[in-house]
Parts: sequence; structure tokens; C-alpha cells
Amino acid sequence: MSRETLTVAVWRGAEKGRYQKYEVPRQESQTVLDVITYIQRHIDPSLSYRFACRVGVCGSCAMTVNGSPRWTCRTHVDKVLDDTGQLDVAPLRNLEVIKDLSVDMTDFFDKWAKAKGQFHGSETRHDDFSAVSPDSPQRKVASAGIECIGCGVCYSACDVVAWNKDYLGPAALNRAWTLMNDERDVAGIDRLKAVAGAGGCQACHSQQGCVERCVKHLNPTGAIAGLKRATAIAALKGQLK
Amino acid sequence: MKRPEDTFDAQRETHLWLAQRLSAMVLALCIIVHLVTIVGAVQGGLSAAEIIDRVAGSGVWFAFYAVFVAAIVVHAPIGLRAILSEMTKLSRARVDLLCFIAAIFIAVLGFRVVWGFYTMGGAA
Repeated sequence: MSRETLTVAVWRGAEKGRYQKYEVPRQESQTVLDVITYIQRHIDPSLSYRFACRVGVCGSCAMTVNGSPRWTCRTHVDKVLDDTGQLDVAPLRNLEVIKDLSVDMTDFFDKWAKAKGQFHGSETRHDDFSAVSPDSPQRKVASAGIECIGCGVCYSACDVVAWNKDYLGPAALNRAWTLMNDERDVAGIDRLKAVAGAGGCQACHSQQGCVERCVKHLNPTGAIAGLKRATAIAALKGQLK
Repeated sequence: MKRPEDTFDAQRETHLWLAQRLSAMVLALCIIVHLVTIVGAVQGGLSAAEIIDRVAGSGVWFAFYAVFVAAIVVHAPIGLRAILSEMTKLSRARVDLLCFIAAIFIAVLGFRVVWGFYTMGGAA
């Protein structure tokens, strides 16, 4: 590799495909998303990938970069280049590839719904605002997991997702745990029923791939441990029938 | 595709999970006592005959190892069940059957040993 250009191997195709090499000009503070965008705009317009905000808010641009899932808009090329100076960009693991770097996120988001990731309140618009103290222990636990941007990096990093198709995954379970700690939410037991058992929180091996890779530095493994405790207590009370 | 909630029962699965964790706690204690005792006995120069002499007919050791075996009978098959359902394509019913057989197998072998030691030397 010369200093002026970067050799990038990009996955082309769907489940079956191959890496194609491109030469991209090096720039200061260049992100992996910059590199992919350059390829599409200047070398090969048929390259498919997904992005929106470019600033780490929307969670659209996650890809596998040199073997690890990352948010490409906030990943500097300098930080991920290995000794050989090679950059490999592939679609996220554990999701069906539509084309090139775009994956089908349907399963990922369907599992949020299966984990009852929707808020269920008891009050109406005619009630006053709920006053939730920022210092309450529950609020603090909810705050710890609330910043998830739904990028799918944790889902892609998780080995349990890879070998158990029913497993809800770190993001959906993290979402469920934030709602379990939302004192306005009233769907607690139904949610615990949805996240208990073979495809739920107990399937987690606590390997912490999700924690390692989470772009927002959340702790889904900790959230899942919280769900394990909550489901165990509910089961002892016979509430999960 | 089958939805997760159709394929398992939350209450039963969570009870099994809890049973495995609780039996693990029992096992942790039993293993420590077991290892400390055998290392102590060997270091102390006790012969096999002397060890059998102490264990045979002892209600305390019989109860201890009965609890130990019972914890294994609970713990191991549940773990085996998790591994088989993750790593093989066997149906859940078949996995459950295999693990039930494993539980019976471990129970028969384990309690035979415990009973054998208790009755050794014609003490009981």
C-alpha cells in the first residue's frame, strides 16, 4: 500500500459472493464510511450500502470491518488498519445479506417486538406528566441502557445469535430491561414471559461480545443478567404461567 | 417460522434455569468439601482400608454424598439439554428425552456408589 492510496476489499454479492479490491485515495481523518462512499461515487456506482446521518446517531451504517462489527461513520481508517495496511469491509454477520453491504434487519427489529420492546403505559393524555426522579435506582438502571441506537452491532457480535435462531439478542433484551425499569410501564409480567426461556435471556452465555462491541458503550450483558434475576423471581412466584 | 413463545414454556424453562443455578451452588460447596477431604486424607497418610472404614456406615458421609449426587443429577442434564438444543438439530422433545435418560443414568450410577460405600465392610 502506498501512503496516498488504500487497498480495500469489499464484499460483493449476497450470501454467496466474493471480496473485490478497490484503490481509494487516503485522506486525513477518513472514516470507513468515507471509503465506501468514495467507492460508490467514483469507482463503482453499483455498490450497495446503507447510511443516513453520518454522525453516529441513526445506527444505519454498521458493517463488519476487518472482522469486527462497527459503526462505519465513526470508525476512523487509522484505528482499524492492521499491519498489512489492508481494510476488509463486509456486511454484518447474523443477518441475511440483501446485496453487498446491505443486510435485512427484519429479524433484528421483529425480535424487539417479540421481547415486548414497546412501552405500555396506564395513563392517558388527559393525565398529568409522570414525575420520575432522576435519582431513583430504577431510573438510573433504565438510563444506563436507553441510549441504544439500534445499529445491530451487538446482534452481529453475538455467538448465541449465530447458533440459536430463536435467540432474541442483546439489543432487544436490553430494550426489555430498560422498560422493566420504567416505572410508568405496566406490561412487566407479559414482558418477562416473552423474554424467559430458550430464546430469551437465559440463553445468554455472558460472553460479552455485545459489551465489547457496543458503539454506545452500553452493557447488554448486564441488562440480560437483570432480566435473568427478574424472571427467576417471577417464576418462583408462579407469575410466568 | 415458529415464534419463541410457541416453542417453550417460560415458567418451566425459568424453573429449570433456576434449578441449575441452585444445584451449582450446592455443587460448589460439595466439591470443596470433597476435595479438601480427599487431599487431607491422602496427605494424612490414610490407606484405602482406613478411608473405607471411616466412610462405611457413616450416616453423615452417606447424607453428604447423597446430596452431592442429587445436585449432579439436577445440574448436569439441564446443562446437557442446553448444549444439545444449541448445538444439534434434534427436536426439543428428543433432547428432553435424552436428558431425562442421562439423569436416570447418573442417578443410578451415583447412588450405587454412595450406597456401596455406606454398606461396605458389612457396617450397615
